[in-house]
This record gives sequence, structure tokens and C-alpha cells, in this order.
Amino acid sequence: MALAQLSLLYPLLALAAGVIAVLLAGMGQSADPRRRSLFVALLFLAAAALLDLLFPGDGAISDLLQFDAFSRFFLWLAMIATALVLILATQSAELAHRRFPEFAALLLTICTGITLMAAARNLLMAYLAMEMVSYASYILTGFKRANLFSHEAALKYVIFGGVASGVMLFGISLLYGLTGSTAFSAIAGALAPGGPVLAAGRTGLFAAVIALIMILTGLCFKTAAVPFHMWSPDVYQGAPTPFTGFLSVAPKAAGFALMLRFFSALLPQAGPELRTLVLILLGLISALTMTLGNLTAIHQTNIKRLLAYSSIAHAGYMMMGVALIDQIGAGAVLLYLGIYLVMNLGAFAVVQIVADKLGTEEIAEYKGLGYRAPLLGFVLSVYLFSLAGLPPLAGFIGKFFLFAALIHNSGFWYLVLALVGILNSVVGLFYYTRIMREMYMRSSEEAPSWRVALAPLLVVLAVPVFFLGLYWVPLQDWALAAVQALH
Amino acid sequence: MTESTLLTWIIFLPLLGIPVVLLLPAAQKKAIRWAATIFSGLALLLGIQMLLQFDPSIAGMQMQHHLVWIRSFSIEYFVGVDGLSVLLIFLTVLISFIATIASWSIEKYLRGYFALLLLLETGMLGTFCSLDMFLFYVFWEVMLLPMYFLIGIWGGPRKEYAAIKFFLYTLFGSVLMLLAVIALYYNSSPATLVDGTPTLHTFNIVKLITENDFATKAPLLGIQFSHLIFILLFIGFAIKIPMVPFHTWLPDAHVEAPTPISVILAGILLKMGGYGILRFNFGILPEATQWAAPGMALFGAISIVYGAFVCLAQKDLKKMIAYSSVSHMGFVLLGISAFTAQGIVGGVFQMFTHGLISPMLFLIAGVIYDRAHHREIEGFGGLAYQMPEYTGLTGLAFMASLGLPALCGFISEFLVFVGAFPTYRLLTIFSALAVIITAAYYLWAMQRMFLGKLNEKYAGLPDLTWRERITLYPLAALIVIIGIFPGPALNLVNKTLMTLLAVFKG
Repeated sequence: MALAQLSLLYPLLALAAGVIAVLLAGMGQSADPRRRSLFVALLFLAAAALLDLLFPGDGAISDLLQFDAFSRFFLWLAMIATALVLILATQSAELAHRRFPEFAALLLTICTGITLMAAARNLLMAYLAMEMVSYASYILTGFKRANLFSHEAALKYVIFGGVASGVMLFGISLLYGLTGSTAFSAIAGALAPGGPVLAAGRTGLFAAVIALIMILTGLCFKTAAVPFHMWSPDVYQGAPTPFTGFLSVAPKAAGFALMLRFFSALLPQAGPELRTLVLILLGLISALTMTLGNLTAIHQTNIKRLLAYSSIAHAGYMMMGVALIDQIGAGAVLLYLGIYLVMNLGAFAVVQIVADKLGTEEIAEYKGLGYRAPLLGFVLSVYLFSLAGLPPLAGFIGKFFLFAALIHNSGFWYLVLALVGILNSVVGLFYYTRIMREMYMRSSEEAPSWRVALAPLLVVLAVPVFFLGLYWVPLQDWALAAVQALH
Repeated sequence: MTESTLLTWIIFLPLLGIPVVLLLPAAQKKAIRWAATIFSGLALLLGIQMLLQFDPSIAGMQMQHHLVWIRSFSIEYFVGVDGLSVLLIFLTVLISFIATIASWSIEKYLRGYFALLLLLETGMLGTFCSLDMFLFYVFWEVMLLPMYFLIGIWGGPRKEYAAIKFFLYTLFGSVLMLLAVIALYYNSSPATLVDGTPTLHTFNIVKLITENDFATKAPLLGIQFSHLIFILLFIGFAIKIPMVPFHTWLPDAHVEAPTPISVILAGILLKMGGYGILRFNFGILPEATQWAAPGMALFGAISIVYGAFVCLAQKDLKKMIAYSSVSHMGFVLLGISAFTAQGIVGGVFQMFTHGLISPMLFLIAGVIYDRAHHREIEGFGGLAYQMPEYTGLTGLAFMASLGLPALCGFISEFLVFVGAFPTYRLLTIFSALAVIITAAYYLWAMQRMFLGKLNEKYAGLPDLTWRERITLYPLAALIVIIGIFPGPALNLVNKTLMTLLAVFKG
């Protein structure tokens, strides 16, 4: 690696330095190091952002990492999510004040891992980055030491994650055996129609498909897509709420980033049979993920579980765009991810505030919230209606461009997928309005309104939900510029 | 082509009222009511101004306001009015104003109520004025939210069920519409935005109507393109009308909604279905419309007769009026699918007259409910002695609704029958049967509620209050005036509809 290439890593180095700095800042006798650690963490995030602006990464580091507009999009996504969740976590009653520095350090680690996942152009690098994200996630899930649910969730997460990544690693080794490389470009070349793998006829095709399915297992695990979604409701429920919010957006986004880069490199060149098989697989996963997520969400009584299933459904929607393997589809996915980040984090912020105040996550306890705490009720309605995809909120724009991408392609099965997706969004509305019903249509005896500590953060998250619903061009341009790097 | 920001003002004036309403202290009930009334009243005044400025000799769009919104996806802010929408826009501001006055009796969470009511008004006005499909869809959906909360928070005992049923039903229709809108966009021919930027495709409804022929596009899902799009759009609009068998949300929504919301629902929201069919299905997909017309007429006739029969069986006054809407909106479908001058004018006029009559009927049902706290037709009797003024107005509204000559309902139903007969003889005769049933259920209800022996329980009921008079008399006056002089109103719609019809004659 030439020294000149070091500038590509500046933001990542800043983040890694941040991990150490936050831990150092947390040392000492102070019983409440939250303020200090938050300040240091935000400082290093800002430094990473500044370094990225000053030295916009554009180049490759051997055949391991590719820094471009695409990876930078996800760097920013991860940094924004990290900053918001850190602020949220300082107010969380679930986290011991003393342990906040650890929390922040682990979150920054995940942030680094996400960027590496988005930049990876080699399966081994991708695997390492994914494990970096996963390990830190396991710890953060079990972060509530005194809570049994938290332990159970962490254990389930570790076991499930271990199996999924094991399968993925096996797939990678299969693919290595077939193609002689772990670099995306070399694999793509080997899987091309004239390449050595498909030249072996049916056997080669079969082996390649098996290997790709195994790799997809790991990716579906990260994005919580069916059939590897089972961990998410338990983990979402058990993990400390601010981290649940983070988990529902940032690692999921990283999973999509890796999926997009991997398949965009592979499929356009791959043999037609192989390509069709993988596309069918992606389409099926998408349809199943959103349908299962939505239908299961209907019956949930715990709001974190409901949001867990809802975020499974959203992974299904985004999968529609992935299944297109074109720029329009990928652009729509990135746009959706950006919008999804604010609206889902917003919803979890409200969940955290309510849970800390009332000590419950049951939807029935949201009874009359709209009158007890008007601001909370209002912003939660905004986030949920946005998740449901109603205009003029940003969630609608996200869905609109996903469907537009499918209809633009206008292949028979893509239209069927669009139909499945659009009917799913009606189901989605049904369970989101269940919360609305509790908040506004059922009153509670308790009258006094609350003081909400995080009110500014809630408003900061609600503004883009409105704004992006009316003028989304900047985010869309950014997303489109990012996916141009892929093709 | 005339440029004007008048429509933009009309659309967004109610929206400007929302912060005003929300910023007033909750205890200032009177001020909140006045604020909402003033903003909705200003919209009404501008609506009248629009009516006066409207030039009936122009077939195309007038008072356009045209700006680029999202250049990269050729989405524009484009509003305008033509003969198809002019009466409906006026109806919207009028009925919204009347509903706002009728809302003075609301006592619970006033600020939220009026804020939502104003948001609803903006959504409805935007829907009728939009000439950009994307903008249309946004306004169309914006209406759903306030309606959901208005029924769900301020409604009757089964409000939660009614609200979510309304929401899901309408959303189901509108998401299908969304797919159709996107498909139309990607199959449209290149156009230019208002500032001259060339674009590959367009959402501009005027351009979609005049510069595109979708009859020859490549099939989607193995179905002819225009037919598939027609069906997707039609389901969305048919749910709104509501056409049998998509009507089941309507009785629930009406019965549970508070009176002013029923007034808006019946007076304006149902019209969006008919409007949408004429603007999109007829305008953009004439070939598919011709293909589907017999089906539309059949479902129209079924709605007319089925709705009337169901009315006959109702014990709840409000439910009866709700089902009568199903029956009367069936006339719209029957009329427009005949492709005759009388039929299409009659269909559009039926939307307008139903928009005057049914709000009055719901106000009437509200009056009695406020006093007796129930709406059982059988539970009353002899009210004519106790509330003569109320009885008179009810009689007028019932007669107007059953199509008595010299009242406005007659004009439109007559036009529909005259227009539909040459095209669909059997269906028209079949539908005419419903007129007798309609007369039967109204007269029977009249008899049971107002004639006979006075129910002693209600001997102390007061007659109309001033606020109720303010809401009822303007409607009564318009019903009579338009019934006797329909000319000026018909004149407004004529030119545009004849141009629309010309496509089908050729």
C-alpha cells in the first residue's frame, strides 16, 4: 500500500482513534462520564466528517477496499446514525451512566465496520467487516447486565449470527474454490459466460448457485431478511432501546451496501442462467420478507417487537430495489435508506422516551399519549405515517421511487413484485394505525403533560421527514451519484 | 390559457389557518371556532371570485398556476380549473364552510379538530385543482389522514372500526392508482416543463390527455396496457364513489362520523371518484373507457337499484341517507358511460346536485340527533307539530333527493335518464325503477318521523337554532334556485364536457 493511499483511510482512522479516545475520556473516578464521552465521540465523528470532506476518498486499496461515492454515502449514513443514537443514549434510563463510554466506543466500532462493509470489494474483507459489526452488536445487545431479556437476546444473536456467518464463510470458500479468488471483480470474471465455472456445465452452475445462496445467508442475516430474520424481534426487544434503533438502521444499511456492491459487480457479467436464478431468489426473498414482516407485525403487542417486524418489512421493500440490479433500483434503495434512517430512528427515540417514563413497551400503554404528551404523540404519528408511506411525508417518496424503479423495468415478475409490495404497504398502514388508535382514540385518566428531555432531537428528526417529502432532490442526487460508482 | 394565482390561494388558505388555530389557547373556544370559520369563509369568498372569473366559453384549463417542483422527475406544481372541476371546487369551499359552521357544536379537543378540518379542505381543493398526476396523488392521500382522525376521535360508538375501515379501503384503492400513475408516466411521450426544460416523460395531465395515446402501448402483465391502467385507476375511484360492491365502508363511516364530517364525506369526498374517472379514465384512456363503458353502466345501475332497496330496509335515518348516496352516485356512472351529451352533463351535474342535497340531509339527521340522541326512524312521530320549520326543510331535502321537479335533483337525474336511454335501454328502465323505491323510502320515513301522533317523549324538542338555520337555508336556497334555473350552472360545465365527449363520438 502506497502512502498516498493512506488519505483514503483518514475518516476511518479518525473513527478508530475515536474509539480509543472515548474509552480514555471515560476513565477516572467520575460517576457520570456521559457528557465528556459524548463530547469526545461527537468530536471524533466531526473530525471524520471533516476529513472526508477535505480528502474525499476515491480510489482502491489493492483488491480489498474500494473508496468511492458509494462507500462515502454509507460512511455518512453510519456517522449520522451514530451521532443521533449517542445523543439518544445519554438520556436512556436503560444504560448505566458509568458504562456510557463503553457504549460509545462500541458504537464507533460498528460505525467503522459499516464503512468497511460498504467499501469492501473482496469477500474476505467483507467478511471481516461484517464480523466487526456483529461482535460489537452482540455485546451491545447484552448491555443491560441486570436484564434477563437482554442476556437472552444477546445469546440468541450470537448463536444465530455465528451460524449465519459460518455458512457465509463456507460459501466464500466454495466460491474461492470455484473461481480462485475472493475479489469481486475476479469472481465476476470467472462466473461470466465464457469463464471457467460455467464452462463446467451444470455442475459449475450448481456449485456457484449454492455458494451464492450461502453468501446470501450472511447478507440476509445482516439485513434481517426472511428466512434469516428470526433473531431480530427478540434482539430488538431485549437490546437497550437506543441500540435497537441503531441496529434497525445502520447495520441493515451496511448489509444492503454489501449486497448492492457484490451483486452489481457479479450479476451484470454473469451467465444468463446464473443471473436469472439469483434474481428470482432476490425477488422471492423480497416478497416473502415484506409479506411475512407485515403480517406478523399485526399481532404484536410490544412496540419494539412491532417495529422489529416493521423493519423486516422495510428490508423487504428495499430488497425490491436490489433485485433490479440496475442504477435506478440501487438509487432508490439508497434514497430509501436515507429516509428510513430518520423516520425509524425517530420512532425508536419516542419508544425510548415513553419506555423510560412509563416503564413499559406495551402498545396498550400508549393509550391517550397524544393528550398526555402532545409533542410525543405528534412526532410519533409523523414517523409512523412516514413509515407507512403516506404523502406528503418522506416515507412516501422512498416507496414511490422503489415502485417507479420496478415499473420502469416493466418485466412481468417485477410488476408482480410491485403489486405485492404495494398491497403490503396497505397492511403496513393497518398496524401503524393501531398505535395511532391507542394514542388518540382512547383516552387515559392521567391528564398532566410531560416535560420531554429530548424534544429538540425529536424535532430535528421530524423536520427532514417533512422536508424530504416535499423536496428530496439533494438526497436523491447524492444517492444517484453514489450508485454511479457501482456500475 | 390564463395565468392566475387565485387557485393557489384557495387551496392553501385553509392550510394557513392551521397554525392560527393551533396557536390559540385551548380555553379560547370561541376564538378557535371563529378563526377556522374565517379561514374557511375566506376560501369560500375566493371560490365565488373564481366562479365569477370563470369563462364558460373556454373548453380548456383556466386560471392556471404552473411551476416546476422536481425537475429531475418532471414533477410540477400545476393547478387549473375547467368545466369539469369548476362546480366541484365551488362545492368544496361552500360545503367546507357550512361544515365549519356546523362544527361549532363540537366541544372536545377543538384545536385539533379544526386544524384537521382545515387540512382536509386543503387536500380536497388540491385534488380537484391539480393538473399534475403526482401532485394529484399527494393531495388525494393528504385527505385520508385528517378524515381518519376526524372519524376516529370525534365519531360515534364504533368510531375506531369505521375510521380504519375507511382508511384501509381508500388506501387500497389509491395504492393501485399509484402504480397506474407511475406506469402512465413511464409510457408518456417526451414533453417540456413549464420553464422549457425538455423531459423524457410527463406527469402533466393536460399533456397526457392531448399528446399521448396509450391504446397502442406494450401490454403489461399480459393485459393490454390501457385496459390494465384503466382497471387500476377505476378501482381506486370506484371505492371513493362508492360503487357497489366497493361501498361497504360508506355506511360505517357515515354513521360513526360526526355530522360535519358526514356532510363533507357525502358532499365532496364521494365526488372525487366521479371526477377522477372523468379526468383520468375518460381523458387519458378514451379507448379503454369505450371498452369498459357497458360494465360501468351496469355497475352504475346495480348501485342505483341496490342502494335504493337497502335504504328501504334502514331503521337509522343516517344510515338510510348514507345508502341513498350509493344509489344517487350510481347515476353518475350510468350517465357518463352513455357517451351522450345529456348523459355526461347529467352525470357531472348529478355530482353537483348530490353535493348540495346530501349535505343538507346529513345536517338534518344531525339536528334530530343533537336533540333526541338517537336516529331511529321508528322512534319519532308527529314531529311536524313540534318542529314545523325543521319539518319543512326536511320535506324539501327529501323531495329534492327523490327527484321532484323544480328542485335540483330532478334536473340531473332527468338528464341522466334521457342521456342513458339511447345507449342502454334496459339498464335505464331498470334504474328508473329505483326512482319509485326512492320515493317510497323517503315518503315512508317522512310519514314515520313527522306525521302521526306526537311521541310524548319529544314534546319539548325545540325547533331550529340560528346556527342550524345558517347551515340549512343556503343549501335549501341553492337547491330551489338551481332546480328552477339550471341554465347558468349547466352552462359552466357544457363546453368542457362537449370537448371531452367529442373524442368518443369520432
